[in-house]
Amino acid sequence: MKIGDLSLPEILKKTTATQGLCFDVGAFSIRLRSTHKNFIHTFHKLYRDFPVITDDQLIDFHIDMVIANNYRRWIKPQIIARIDGQQPFQAFAATHAMPLFEWALNWSIARLGQHYLMLHAAVLERHGKALILPALPGSGKSTLSAALAQRGWRFLSDEFCLVQPIHGQIVPIPRPTPLKNESIAVIRNFDARVFIGPLFEKTRKGTLGHLRAPTASVDCLKQTAAPAWIVFPQYQNQAEVLLEPLSKSAAFLKLASNSFNYTLLGATSFNLVKTIITNCDCYNLSYSNLDDVIAQLDVLSDNAQ
Amino acid sequence: MRNKHHTSGQTLLLACLKNPERLTELSSSQWSLLLRMARACKLIAHFAGLIEQYTLSYCVPEKISNHLIAAQAIIAYRQRMAFWELNRLQRALTQCKTDIIVLKGCAYLLLDIPFAKTRVFADIDVMVNKSIINTIEQSLLAQDWHALKLNDYDQYYYREWMHEIPPLCHRLREMEVDIHHTIIPPTSALCPDPSLLFHDAVSLNVDTAFKVLSPCDMVLHSAVHLFFDSELNNKLRDLVDLDQLFRHFSTDNTTFFASLLARATVLGLQRPLYYSMRYTHRLLNTPIPKDILQASQTMAPVLPTRLLMDYLIPIALLPEHPDETSLTVAVARWLLFIRSHYLRMPLALLIPHLARKSLMRLIPSKNLN
Repeated sequence: MKIGDLSLPEILKKTTATQGLCFDVGAFSIRLRSTHKNFIHTFHKLYRDFPVITDDQLIDFHIDMVIANNYRRWIKPQIIARIDGQQPFQAFAATHAMPLFEWALNWSIARLGQHYLMLHAAVLERHGKALILPALPGSGKSTLSAALAQRGWRFLSDEFCLVQPIHGQIVPIPRPTPLKNESIAVIRNFDARVFIGPLFEKTRKGTLGHLRAPTASVDCLKQTAAPAWIVFPQYQNQAEVLLEPLSKSAAFLKLASNSFNYTLLGATSFNLVKTIITNCDCYNLSYSNLDDVIAQLDVLSDNAQ
Repeated sequence: MRNKHHTSGQTLLLACLKNPERLTELSSSQWSLLLRMARACKLIAHFAGLIEQYTLSYCVPEKISNHLIAAQAIIAYRQRMAFWELNRLQRALTQCKTDIIVLKGCAYLLLDIPFAKTRVFADIDVMVNKSIINTIEQSLLAQDWHALKLNDYDQYYYREWMHEIPPLCHRLREMEVDIHHTIIPPTSALCPDPSLLFHDAVSLNVDTAFKVLSPCDMVLHSAVHLFFDSELNNKLRDLVDLDQLFRHFSTDNTTFFASLLARATVLGLQRPLYYSMRYTHRLLNTPIPKDILQASQTMAPVLPTRLLMDYLIPIALLPEHPDETSLTVAVARWLLFIRSHYLRMPLALLIPHLARKSLMRLIPSKNLN
């Protein structure tokens, strides 16, 4: 059963009950509890295709989104994320519960997901092979991965590239993509069929809108993929598409320094990054037009067939 | 032993700590519960160690096993950082030519006590002779370590009333170094003579100039730390430390417990030893011989205190289920919090200290010195 198979009142009934709503996002399972109707409304739409699981299954993270019980309750209510009884962040305005929930989930993964090598990268897959797009700030990674996901590439992740140390496989976690500022309009214009949730103004990263992952991608939640390409994208105004091969040594350093837990995992991560780099073709990519860059990446994938 | 005061999560946690074979019988929801309880008291990696020791990995669900691996990875990282910090300290202090005793977690690691590999620890604790502590501090400050507590009152408080100087940290690293001159604040009612601890400290057989406390003193330090220098809140893992140290040092040494009783008397640390034996035995089934438990009765407090502590200590030590907090626990913890402050400082010092701290919280911008 998917979250979207339940009506909003049914979902609310679950999230307000002690057992909460338990669901699977691929690499992790989550129990969510909240009485905040507007938030659950948005959540219901953005997480529509994720499977509901029963509460007797193993849950990785327990997240409660609670209306703060303070004097502002009736004027400007605030929301708190409680993770396994802890409250790691300051309260947000209750209207911004969705970004806070996503942030709480990121925090949980970054802190407790140490059984994976965690690269800061978007991941897509085509013909069984995975493309890693490591994120450098301002590179346009989210926009590019969102566009690829609308053009036949399977979307595995926008933020965390989770690599299993044993097999070197990437585990999907196709959560909503947070699109920022101009990217929102760019993706809307690129494909009118996309679903983007309500816009949140004045967040730390400006205006934020969450893009729902394609249904087909969420349906393959448990299907891992082997990395085949590492492409470091760089959006450049008016630039023609340029896909330049990158030396393995340079790619190693760029990839390792872009990891959340490279230092923490020590020898494990060194060996894993080495294997990934050995098995992948590595490129620097500059682009401006999304259709052009997708055509180029499609060729890359077709040639590997 | 099922205790009616314990919640189902606490009963499960204790049962699995006492008898790891219980892990083979857990349902999915019990594993979930155990994981949450173990996380709440930072014992996930300890369970990973037990599972390895009892070769039980075949019964562990994949998701749980992921959490065990993750917890072990974090600890392995902290340990690498700690050994590196010790290495740097040794190099920085070769000029000082004095005994430096490594305490607690790092000492267990240097001694290769098995449970140390899965033990969470935050910082490095060392002890040096009080006469040389200023020289050592100056030497480290000159070599790029810096003090973490910068507020003047905090500085003063540490130097005047504490058994350690303000924590230091190297400019390029995150590992905090606490330098002590004894094992308990000098304001406390207990006052073990540090020179006795230095006298019995043992050199290590490995390539290090550091020493560690003797086995008896190591246990007593852990006991003092838990029962006389902490609030006991959610400190089950400190009790697990004591349990593991008891087990480790009494293996192949039948007279260990007898020497421990004798040593506690010499150092005036009977009460913390009594509590350690009583609660490790009660909560974790630590194998302490009957005659030793009997003999430790002479170190017990008066009956009303004993009954009160028997009630309060398990409540405070055991983690609560993250979804369920209770008023009883809050009250028990509050009482033990008051006790911990009272034990660390006479009231004549404590009241002005707490008053000043509260005032400083109210007017954070003003420096009251």
